Amino acid sequence: MVLYNLAFYFFSLITLASASVVVFSKNIVHSAFALLFTFFGVAGLYVLMMADFLAITQILIYIGGIMVLILFGVMLTNRTIDVQIRTGSIQTFPAMLIVAALAGTLVGIFWSTDWKISPTAIGFEKTAPEIGKMLLTNYLLPFEIASIVLLVALIGAAMIARREKKA
Amino acid sequence: MIELLKSFLGDSLFVYLIAAALPMLFILPYALVAVLLEMKMAAHIQDRLAYMYTGWHGVLQPVADILKLLQKENTVPHVADKFLFALAPYLIFIGTYAGFAAIPFSSAYIGSNIDLGVFYIVAVSSLVVIGIIMAGWASNNKWSLFGAMRSAAQIVSYEVPTALALVVAVMITGSLNLQDIAKFQAGGIQNWLVFGGPLPLLQKILIMPFTFITFIILFLAGIAEVNRTPFDLAEAESELVQGYNTEYSGMKFAIFYLAEYANMFLVSAIVVTLFLGGWASPFGNALSGPLWGFFWFVAKGMFFIFVQIWIRWTLPRLRVDQLMYTSWKVMTPFLFVCIFAIGLILVL
Repeated sequence: MVLYNLAFYFFSLITLASASVVVFSKNIVHSAFALLFTFFGVAGLYVLMMADFLAITQILIYIGGIMVLILFGVMLTNRTIDVQIRTGSIQTFPAMLIVAALAGTLVGIFWSTDWKISPTAIGFEKTAPEIGKMLLTNYLLPFEIASIVLLVALIGAAMIARREKKA
Repeated sequence: MIELLKSFLGDSLFVYLIAAALPMLFILPYALVAVLLEMKMAAHIQDRLAYMYTGWHGVLQPVADILKLLQKENTVPHVADKFLFALAPYLIFIGTYAGFAAIPFSSAYIGSNIDLGVFYIVAVSSLVVIGIIMAGWASNNKWSLFGAMRSAAQIVSYEVPTALALVVAVMITGSLNLQDIAKFQAGGIQNWLVFGGPLPLLQKILIMPFTFITFIILFLAGIAEVNRTPFDLAEAESELVQGYNTEYSGMKFAIFYLAEYANMFLVSAIVVTLFLGGWASPFGNALSGPLWGFFWFVAKGMFFIFVQIWIRWTLPRLRVDQLMYTSWKVMTPFLFVCIFAIGLILVL
């Protein structure tokens, strides 16, 4: 259990430290790379909650897909590298209101939720077959709709990228 | 393996650290052998002798190279992003090394016997892409950035055929656990998935051409993922100097090199585990056991290292458009046909 706690604090530290770099760094590329470690830390926390499938999906989708996309976006967009992103404070009052509302909601949810805490480690169960069965029985329609949305997005992206210029 | 260590040392952090360090004990000597093999094979393919003076027929040359690299000055370009520049080689190596955690080296040793091994390896290898982009960008050099962009685009494209080829193996074995997949193919060369696996005879004959095509595509996509000829556009010497690692020197360059060779073995290990029985002996129950398993696994892995080097020094490099054509218009449709056909045969 000591090891478990150690791992938990390790991943929490990675997540929080890198997330603060994402927010406070003045260099947008540094922020983008720090986001990588945030995703990785969150994946580690998923593993500690015995959600192995979710953790690996997190790494595959967010680090392998979305991070690469963000980095390409940041690096290939004109002049973003030269522009200094300033982290100053403007519109302090509305921002404080929104932050207070959001923080209040989160704390409220945190206190009112009935957390299911197991006194001992449960250990890994085979999650992948169960998730597969659920996706092809109870959640078939949302699953198919998600695939159709992705397919449409893919075709749309190809259409826009391949549009030939009229001579 | 971890249970064995626990019985000696108790349940402490050291057990996990030792278990995590074991693949390193394999990678370091393997890299020395692979570097020597690469140089010697390149020379013999080109009808020359390569190193002949350091030791018998130059076998000590990799050791001399390492000593040289250790002494080299560690130069960092003045305009480079110092922190990311230093971090990138380690990130690439971590991405590769993490993959070794789920590779079953023998029936008795696997770093982490997780149920989602195949899926895990596909996921963690994406860290390598981020490392390459980081190295290219932090160097603040046109060639490095171009090389990194090409490399990232290439790896992301070739992840599609790789993942589809893995699906074929998972469909037949019904498991994502690499240890289970290797066990499934035990019992002789005729049970390997490349020859149809241990299915009833009719199914086996019908399925064999499709598994064979999948095996070839998985290996080729693997070569593309490690950026080696004929897919080495990322470090096309004639156009880009050396690609994303142009500005690196000394130990940091050595780590790139180590990561590349480790990645070559990882790719071979995946191909071997999924389609060639992993640690299973080709002679059924003869010459099998945990230690023989390790021997067969390394022997099969080294054979594919040999093939990768052989291909590298005999084939020319593809153009960018040919590279993308191969991935999207040849490998991917072929694999869809294979998945469909194998699914149909398995259901009937």
